[in-house]
Amino acid sequence: MLEQIFQFLVTGITVGSIYALVGLGFALIYNASDVVNFAQGEFVMLGAMSAIALLAAGLPLPLAAIAATLLTALVGLLLERFAIEPAKGASVITTIIITIGAAIFLRGVASLLWGKNSLPLPAFSGNEPIQLGGATLLPQSLWVLGGTVVLVALIHAFLNRTLLGKALLACSVNRAAAQLVGINVQIMLRLAYGLSAGLGAVAGILVAPITFSSYEAGIMLGLKGFSAAIVGGIGNPMGAVAGGLLLGVLEALGAGLVSSGYKDAIAFMFVLMVLFFEPTGLFGHKVAERV
Amino acid sequence: MPSNSPPTINSSSTRDAREPLLEITGLNSHYGPVQVIHDISLSVHSGELVALVGGNGAGKTTLLHTLSSLHPPSAGTIRFAGHDITRWPAHRIVATGICQVPEGRQVFAPLSVEDNLRLGAYRQHRDSGWVRQEMERVYHLFPILDERRQQLAGTLSGGQQQMLAIGRALLGRPRLLLLDEPSMGLAPLLVEEIFRVIVELNTQGVTILLVEQNARAALAIAGRGYILETGRIVKTAPAAELLADDDVRRAYLGY
Ligand SMILES: Nc1ncnc2c1ncn2[C@@H]1O[C@H](COP(=O)(O)OP(=O)(O)OP(=O)(O)O)[C@@H](O)[C@H]1O
Ligand SMILES: [Mg+2]
Repeated sequence: MLEQIFQFLVTGITVGSIYALVGLGFALIYNASDVVNFAQGEFVMLGAMSAIALLAAGLPLPLAAIAATLLTALVGLLLERFAIEPAKGASVITTIIITIGAAIFLRGVASLLWGKNSLPLPAFSGNEPIQLGGATLLPQSLWVLGGTVVLVALIHAFLNRTLLGKALLACSVNRAAAQLVGINVQIMLRLAYGLSAGLGAVAGILVAPITFSSYEAGIMLGLKGFSAAIVGGIGNPMGAVAGGLLLGVLEALGAGLVSSGYKDAIAFMFVLMVLFFEPTGLFGHKVAERV
Repeated sequence: MPSNSPPTINSSSTRDAREPLLEITGLNSHYGPVQVIHDISLSVHSGELVALVGGNGAGKTTLLHTLSSLHPPSAGTIRFAGHDITRWPAHRIVATGICQVPEGRQVFAPLSVEDNLRLGAYRQHRDSGWVRQEMERVYHLFPILDERRQQLAGTLSGGQQQMLAIGRALLGRPRLLLLDEPSMGLAPLLVEEIFRVIVELNTQGVTILLVEQNARAALAIAGRGYILETGRIVKTAPAAELLADDDVRRAYLGY
């Protein structure tokens, strides 16, 4: 029994890492613009699908992964430039609806380009299961965990240690004041979209060998990442990471101990509970503000 | 207190010949269909401390927002240091040296005092030597901020936030400093302290456009003044004259 629970934990943390990365993408864009980008899941899908396509076209796997990430980041940037920016001055709700439209568009393009089948990406270092305590895990899980740790650390350092990262935060805290210190808010927004898209792409590429990918793989991952961001207190990047891990573990425990049919239901029930008792999320900003 | 007249006062002819640092001509500004700035012309010469006073809703903040390009003008031109900057985006206006201390301080609440100042130097960050030096100068100017470098700006008192907002603007390396009601909501003693610093900055060579409802305090330290009423400049004169003007006294000084 204990071994089993350990196994669920390992699985949960792996899946949760992916939710964490997707949630982090949500948080970055929300931070810069108060907008929930519902195309975030599509970035995950685009990363995985274009890596698969580039690999099939003959690129070696590492190169295909890097190219797919850059490509997806570019798509994010273009999305901001040509769909979000022209609606400058529109309400947040309008902008959110634009991102929903963009998600549907990207899904459509993906289904035209790559069909509707689930496609695999080969595991980065084989499929020989590793024994760990009483649990087994795939080498790919280690890639997911390692990749997540590195990316989260990088983003954390970017936001907290660099002037550019703080400027990004400043845009979300007080846009007018950010403009008054000379921050080009428009460029910051492009940066946030590009960064989020690239982050989503890496998540998609890391997990594709385990779950496969398809043109609609972004829908569920997007929802889970969104849930992670909400649980963590949307706008709090590290909260989103914690929220993602929590969600992944709960899901795995629920699927293992109750029934795998309830996996998604358990995740979303959890989100509702959190919102009910802690509307600003478990790790939401609660900075005392004196005016 | 010193009365800050234009620096070239000794020869009025050279003063007229020299182009002002800031020159606003025929400026209009709207919110939707509502016009709140009507045909404003105003100038500030290098080295001056100019006060713009007006009551509630006169359009002071709108004028400053238009100057900093947070709000677009609907007509008129803004010239600064020989350039027509009327349609420049906000970040470029800051880069060229127009730095604003906005109404209500608007500090970055969840960031530390130090980070707020660093962000103030966003356009200057490549000159790290200067930034370090200027930060020390601000800490020297406001010792209370020095003690609280790591404190989150949102947890500072109103007066401390005002000092931080001024410090943040100074780190933008202003050639022209715009101040929007720095005395708002502060106790008299703090107002005195803030105004003392404004004078000190001006003495050190910073050109200042000070916007205030507190006409008495502002005109007492300014060289020249403008009176703004419902979006129009209704009077402009040396500050001492405005302080003695009957209309101004009745409307703004209350005696
Ligand atoms: N965002 C806005 N939309 C519509 N009208 C506005 C907006 N901001 C200000 N106004 C209106 O424009 C006029 C000028 O406002 P403004 O804030 O510039 O005045 P002010 O002189 O700064 O006043 P105060 O001393 O109270 O700060 C007011 O009538 C105000 O109601
Ligand atoms: Mg105002």
